[in-house]
Amino acid sequence: MLLANLPALQVVIPLVSAPLCLLLRNPRHAWAWATLVSTMVLAVAVMLAQRVYAEGTISYAIGAWATPWGIEYRIDMAGALMILLIAAIGAVIMPYARRSIRHEIARKHITLFYTSYLLCLTGLLGIVVTGDAFNLFVFLEISSLSSYVLISLGSTRRALTAAFQYLVMGTIGATFILIGVGLLYMMTGTLNMTDLAQRLPEVTDTRTIRVAFAFVTVGVSIKLALFPLHIWLPNAYTFAPSVVSAFMAATATKAGVYVLLRFFFTVFGSEFSFTAMHVGEILMLLAFAAILVASLVAVFENNVKRMLAYSSVAQIGYTILGISLASTAGVSAGIIHLVNHALIKGALFLALGCVFLRLGSVTLKDMHGLARHMPWTMAAFVAGGLSLIGMPLTAGFISKWYLVSAVLAAGYWPLAVLVLVSSLLALIYIWRVVEAAYFNVPGAAMQKVKEAPASMLIPVWLLIGVNLYVGIDASLIFSMAQQAADTLIGQALQ
Amino acid sequence: MSNLLGHYNYWIVIVLMMTGFYIVIARPNLIKKVIGLFIFQTSVFILFISMAKIEGGSAPIIEEGISVYSNPLPHVLILTAIVVSLATTALGLALIVRIREAYGTTNEDEIHVQDEQD
Repeated sequence: MLLANLPALQVVIPLVSAPLCLLLRNPRHAWAWATLVSTMVLAVAVMLAQRVYAEGTISYAIGAWATPWGIEYRIDMAGALMILLIAAIGAVIMPYARRSIRHEIARKHITLFYTSYLLCLTGLLGIVVTGDAFNLFVFLEISSLSSYVLISLGSTRRALTAAFQYLVMGTIGATFILIGVGLLYMMTGTLNMTDLAQRLPEVTDTRTIRVAFAFVTVGVSIKLALFPLHIWLPNAYTFAPSVVSAFMAATATKAGVYVLLRFFFTVFGSEFSFTAMHVGEILMLLAFAAILVASLVAVFENNVKRMLAYSSVAQIGYTILGISLASTAGVSAGIIHLVNHALIKGALFLALGCVFLRLGSVTLKDMHGLARHMPWTMAAFVAGGLSLIGMPLTAGFISKWYLVSAVLAAGYWPLAVLVLVSSLLALIYIWRVVEAAYFNVPGAAMQKVKEAPASMLIPVWLLIGVNLYVGIDASLIFSMAQQAADTLIGQALQ
Repeated sequence: MSNLLGHYNYWIVIVLMMTGFYIVIARPNLIKKVIGLFIFQTSVFILFISMAKIEGGSAPIIEEGISVYSNPLPHVLILTAIVVSLATTALGLALIVRIREAYGTTNEDEIHVQDEQD
């Protein structure tokens, strides 16, 4: 009974837990509750992923209303990989959050923080499991609204303006998606994604469907911060609490990419998206610009958190570059990079959170000589940085390897050069941090700085460990990504 | 010509949508931005609701002698979307209250000036 309802539980557990969390006024209790719920969510995600891996796509009718009338939850391999990623990141950051949040957020807001976090988790997981286009919009808004709150809890007043800017752009993006879904419904009379895919070919050659496609693409592109619609992201990541930056960088934009994959391949079909609408060429151009421009900006940033935020924009470019090829190799490279980048950026932002806890700042000039006082934190940062650059034996190398080979197989050798050039740029900006932390003489204020507590270091090193593990043995993630890409592209052929 | 005017509901939607969008982009006052955002979202609600109308269609209640019904589903969808938009507006206004407390202004340009002085 319980096992049969796992897809619903994946969303219902955090959704119901969030208001209960609000009742716990004591910050410590709220933290314990959120940790417990995150662990349960992870357990459900693991069980679901195992079932998808063994049996294939799961379809679940909410309230036993038959599809396409009722809302369907549908989890295929791509979805399984995503819920696993989101739930795992959610569970890993929780032990870290206790100290970091106590330091960065006023005591009376801590309960609200954990409530919003659980709602955000609900929204992100819902986006992935749902097979209904309108339901997807609702979950997208749940995750967005709660992430505006999470960002606004940052310790400076600029967090408020960053959250407001994100709110305006995010709402425009979500409304664009709503328009697209409305136009699709107008032409087909259905909202179920599988049903939409079956009915769309009849009406595909109409202006309404083309406009719907354009609205959805632009709307989702705002959500996943595709260049040049990324302007909300650097401020949001820079001024949000450290835990939130790590959580958002590792999950929120990734869920956006997943929505893009769903619409391109499952709903519209790759034939329409890439052959009729030429979205591949457009995405490739934007990805090209994202990788180059954002990496260049990151090189000149002095605030390390902002540097990583711009680097995120560039890394989203890599993922989109893979997807824009529309080949199995390209899409699976995109998915592998999506997961790997979540692991890398999660670890890097968490390491920076440790720095902020002890130093109260994350600018380069305040980090001079930091490695002597916080050796474990900075070692984690270097390991994550190497993975970001794409050193062999790290996760970053694996994704760049598959990406470059997919790009070369499609015959775009200048793009392969671009990936290498941008890796060099990543080397420069990570080196600037290393230089400040390892090779500069610490100032007088540095004397009383201690290493971060173990409760924060262990999650950081856990993510770094997974990074290194993926770098050495990528077979599991590769087979999952391959299968996910096969299902996505295979759906278009049916 | 009749085709252009016959779809007057779409013209209303487009005008509202562009009005809202323009306010969001052009006005430096944050409260006006939220109002613009709300108008922008409302235009989409009208798009949804007007597409449900079928000429000569009745309310979707089974009754003898009636065979054409309007589609009730878009209304239900929009009910959800209204709740979402309400939450967005409330959150946006709450953020503006906090921004005013922190900056002493709700004008975006003045906030930028203050941010650069930091």
